[in-house]
Amino acid sequence: MATLTASPAAASHYLEAIERAERDRAHEPAWLRQARRSAAEAFGRMGVPTVRDEEWRATNVAPIAGTPFVTAPPASVPAGEAVGFQVPGLAGPRLVFVNGRFAAELSATGVRAAGVTVSTIADAIEHRPESVEACLARHQDYAGQPFAALNTALFEDGALVTLADNTVADEPIQLVFLSTATPAPAMSAPRVLVLLGSNSQARLVETFGSLGPASGFTNAVTEVVVGGGSVLEHYRVQRESESAFHVGRTEFRLGRSSRSSSYAFALGGRIARHDAVAVLGDEGAECTLNGFYLAGGSQLIDNHTEIDHARPHGTSHELYKGILGGRARGVFNGRIRVRPDAQKTDAKQTNKALLLSDEAQINTTPQLEIFANDVRCTHGATIGQLSQDALFYLRTRGIGLDDARSLLVRAFATDVTGRIGLEPVRAELDRLLASRLPGLLAQEVRR
Amino acid sequence: MIAIRDSGFGIRDSNAGVNDIMLEIKGLRARVGGKDILRGIDLAVGTGEVHAVMGPNGSGKSTLAGVLAGRGEYEVTGGSVTYNGRDLLDLEPEERAREGLFLAFQYPVEIPGVNNAYFLRAALNAIRKHRGEPEIDALGFMALIRDKMSLLDMDQALMSRPVNDGFSGGEKKRNEIFQMAVLEPKLAILDETDSGLDIDALKVVANGVNALRGPDRSAIVVTHYQRLLDYIVPDFVHVLSGGRIVRSGGKDLALELEDRGYGWLETEAEPA
Repeated sequence: MATLTASPAAASHYLEAIERAERDRAHEPAWLRQARRSAAEAFGRMGVPTVRDEEWRATNVAPIAGTPFVTAPPASVPAGEAVGFQVPGLAGPRLVFVNGRFAAELSATGVRAAGVTVSTIADAIEHRPESVEACLARHQDYAGQPFAALNTALFEDGALVTLADNTVADEPIQLVFLSTATPAPAMSAPRVLVLLGSNSQARLVETFGSLGPASGFTNAVTEVVVGGGSVLEHYRVQRESESAFHVGRTEFRLGRSSRSSSYAFALGGRIARHDAVAVLGDEGAECTLNGFYLAGGSQLIDNHTEIDHARPHGTSHELYKGILGGRARGVFNGRIRVRPDAQKTDAKQTNKALLLSDEAQINTTPQLEIFANDVRCTHGATIGQLSQDALFYLRTRGIGLDDARSLLVRAFATDVTGRIGLEPVRAELDRLLASRLPGLLAQEVRR
Repeated sequence: MIAIRDSGFGIRDSNAGVNDIMLEIKGLRARVGGKDILRGIDLAVGTGEVHAVMGPNGSGKSTLAGVLAGRGEYEVTGGSVTYNGRDLLDLEPEERAREGLFLAFQYPVEIPGVNNAYFLRAALNAIRKHRGEPEIDALGFMALIRDKMSLLDMDQALMSRPVNDGFSGGEKKRNEIFQMAVLEPKLAILDETDSGLDIDALKVVANGVNALRGPDRSAIVVTHYQRLLDYIVPDFVHVLSGGRIVRSGGKDLALELEDRGYGWLETEAEPA
């Protein structure tokens, strides 16, 4: 295969990794090799973004460009440690991946419902390539998405979830991606494809975690196709170590009168970026993109969302909230596009950040691009500190200052976590937040 | 007129030795946003007594209530406040509360996301813990508040809503007195609890306050109008003007203020 032409920004270690991957995947079907090749070329042209790229101007990923990540080595994780990253009380199929590779011994692949399949994507490509050919890596043009291109070029494994028409997956499906601490900085690129036929229903939980102080780079892509009349509930919990790098992209393609609601929680990462994208590609689709992030120390958490109203009568709800302490930075960019054909669109975007310290920062940008005239689109952003009045009120009732602060911060989070439909996930998030908050509040630099 | 003068601090003296002093304010001066508001307040509240503090707008009534509760924006620039033998001004707001002081807010704060029942139980347990009493669980708490809710004619549904969030003005005031009934303070300070209440709500609120009256509890009722004092009959009435107490008397003083307004006292206070 021809050598990749590359911009200087495409750090050479990524190109080497791509070329090695191409050699290893000679057995893959031609269409996939072609898709990977064009993704590799797209990445080669774009390289790792810099702050000069519009989509990355608030998030400097120079450390990701500059670190010579190697492909994460295979590793085994004791079941006792892996279990800490599963949502307690969530029965049903579970696929666990360690450093981007399937860990059968940690997984539970049995699926009860007929018409539902849960498998690894590597297995599907090898044994049932026709099951993924129509959708895998087919929707992306990679413009402005170098990391998604890199994922397509590099991914080794991940999950494939399919639901036939008129199927209900009664048990939530859980995907867990773990990274271990490695001697040399390592990267993994998990890939998930979820295909819901028409009038089907599924709940999906994705968790990204680190074992110990892993400082690797996770570059994840999840594509979800929601067929006409189908209903999807999706949860993404990113709780990697505070020294890890994480870039993720989740795309939802919604069919006619389908509904998806998604929650993206970002708690970990030294630099963590997530793009949540929803394309309302047919009439009457409804999507919810909610998110919550918590950052302290010198963490940088970036959430980009994009809702593309392409057809009439679409509805979108968006609520992103974040708590920033220490010297942490948050970025929120919410784009809503209403195409000329998408009349009667109803879109609402809300973004709120709570700053606990003087040195924490948030950059928030709504981007409304409205090309239809009979639509309702609202957006609002607020940035605030803990209310002194509320703190005083609580204290006059005997509640100590630390408890009062913690109560108010949790109340701020409850606005999002309280909407979680899947009870075990809500309980897990409450637990994760409760365990992080004391440390975050202790970092407070008093105003 | 003469009667009023006689019933000034003279009453305090005549009662000395009958009731122990729970709260003693001496020469209290305080500033808000660089402006002197309290200019030397002297007030002693005996155990078991109800004192009304009246006065025109801007006289410093709410500032006095806020200073006693420990509001941070108020800077105390002079004087002392002794509460049950301790220096009150030295205590954090939560310590004051745990020692039995309660402020019913003129404008209760809305706290979205914090459940009313959860909040009140946390408050009660913080106070119980301070007293060395065991914490009370959710079930025991619900049993405990049932009677107090009917006393205040509170809708059960309010307990599962966020604190004061979306409450009507009357519901907020009722919630304040309800909290007071549950926390059973030794010294309650009611900051214009009557403002904005219709007569029925006023009676309910007054009932709640009166139910808590007793030989070991005191209250300071801050109000602009005499009306509330028909239902919560005070032992003493003080008139605050220009940051000082310009007149003290019995409950009749409130009636006189109702008739004559505050103007005559403000004029008299001028030279001071």
